[in-house]
Amino acid sequence: MNVKVIDKIATVIFYTIAIIITLILFGLLCFILVKGLSGISWDFLTKPPENLRAGGGVGPQIFNSFFLLLLTMLFTIPLGIGGGIYLAEYSKPNTITYAARLVIEVLSSLPSIVVGLFGLLIFVQKLGMGFSLFSGALVLMIFNLPLMIRITEQSLRAVPVEQKEASLAMGISHWKTITSIMLPIALPGIITGTILTAGRAFGEAAALMFTAGMSSPPLDFTNWNPLAPNSPINPFRPASTLAVHIWKINSEGLIPDAAQIAASASAVLVICVLFFNILSRWIGKLIYKKFTAA
Amino acid sequence: MLSIIIITVITYFIASKGLSTFFKNGINLFDFLFGTQWKPEHDTTPLFGAFPFIFGSFSVTILAVLLSTPLSVGAAIFMAEISPKWGAKFLQPVIELLIGIPSVVYGFIGLSIIVPFIRNTFGGMGFSLASGMIVLAIMILPTITSVSYDALKSLPSGLKDASYALGATRWQTIYRVLIPTALPNILTGIVLGMARAFGEALAVQMVIGNVQRLPSSILDSVSTLTSILTLEMSNTIAGTTYNNALWSMALILLLMSFVFIMIIRILGKGSKLNER
Repeated sequence: MNVKVIDKIATVIFYTIAIIITLILFGLLCFILVKGLSGISWDFLTKPPENLRAGGGVGPQIFNSFFLLLLTMLFTIPLGIGGGIYLAEYSKPNTITYAARLVIEVLSSLPSIVVGLFGLLIFVQKLGMGFSLFSGALVLMIFNLPLMIRITEQSLRAVPVEQKEASLAMGISHWKTITSIMLPIALPGIITGTILTAGRAFGEAAALMFTAGMSSPPLDFTNWNPLAPNSPINPFRPASTLAVHIWKINSEGLIPDAAQIAASASAVLVICVLFFNILSRWIGKLIYKKFTAA
Repeated sequence: MLSIIIITVITYFIASKGLSTFFKNGINLFDFLFGTQWKPEHDTTPLFGAFPFIFGSFSVTILAVLLSTPLSVGAAIFMAEISPKWGAKFLQPVIELLIGIPSVVYGFIGLSIIVPFIRNTFGGMGFSLASGMIVLAIMILPTITSVSYDALKSLPSGLKDASYALGATRWQTIYRVLIPTALPNILTGIVLGMARAFGEALAVQMVIGNVQRLPSSILDSVSTLTSILTLEMSNTIAGTTYNNALWSMALILLLMSFVFIMIIRILGKGSKLNER
């Protein structure tokens, strides 16, 4: 066959592949949104789930997801940024740094269920925290820390070296240079990364099944005492998140309208994740504009 | 520092739990890895052959990668070489969105589209190796695509120009020059995808049927290491042989992710040697 004909055929094949992938994504999104949106109502978003009857909502699950996310980020952000600063600025190229990098790489590729089982063993059983939001947040921290460290490190390394040197040349201390010069410049990258990390934590289920638990106690949204067992803001109560809930109703199948609830809950989840993605782009652009006077 | 401690602690605890199956409960390692009978609750002679699950994990991972690789490398080539404009504007956001979709949602989609589709087209239960393969293939597609895309993008443009200057067509340039040069990095992407597929728990568990024996065809239900862990871990009592056997499976998962990282490291070294 003529080489030119083969070239044409190859081009056509690549176009087909691109079209197939786009179709898959749009198929997925349309399916979730069309099937899910019809079941979303104010009641669905606020009511607690039913155990055996149809018509339950996912109110507590949505709250749990966001609350857990908040707790997780509370742990992840300081540790992640600290680790990133260390690796980018203070670490020397020796064995320990090499080991740390290797470990971060391993940690980021651990299957989430293994991290979850580790949480079950340490936080839930050994440290006696039980199935609680707190254990869940710690596990998600382990899960997200490598990503957060890597993002911070990359953002700091992307800071132009002249700016750093200018600051150091003016006699400003290394630490002050990091906090006042480098971190503000690296901020857009860090924030974008943080939001993407948040999106990942939001949809995570396997790591949470054995740590935050698969059920939620009846919540009283008027009780704001953080130590009461039915208070929504008590971090030591068990809590099922949206993603865990989707898995649970699908695999238990006790409620008659499981498929519809799962579809609607998936739609809520996907919309939240899309929202996180758009938010991260938007904030990234906004801050970039603010700092670069572009 | 903290992450070193975390990984050491994780490895230590899971290893100590996982190894106690063999040391404390006296299960033969060979029987565990290659035994095909899984009857942990049998009264007189409980059997702990995890081979069906190990086989399930490996087969579903390999099949998913086989299905996903041509599509994703093709997409990466499309984005990098054939139509950069469309690729950057359209396909790249699409790929990023696919990464962001949570795995339970993939599982749910598999449950409501792929499982009935396989049931109606090929017969059987629908919960099968094939469904797991398709769900995983879609899940790892964005991973492989984005790594391969970066690999192709970072190639020096002189290579491509030289090839065109010799009168090669675009396809000849792609498969004679660009793919061989970027191969170590593309392989890294594939291994990353494999690692993700191997460790994925819920999405697989929802569509694969969880029958605890060896499959005889691609349309049979199987179990994977991860699916059996999700299902059984909360039903067993800590300290029993049954429970310890589950921890041994978690240990296998952990060790496999070390293996994947090793492969990626070796590939990374390979690509640096090529550059010199």
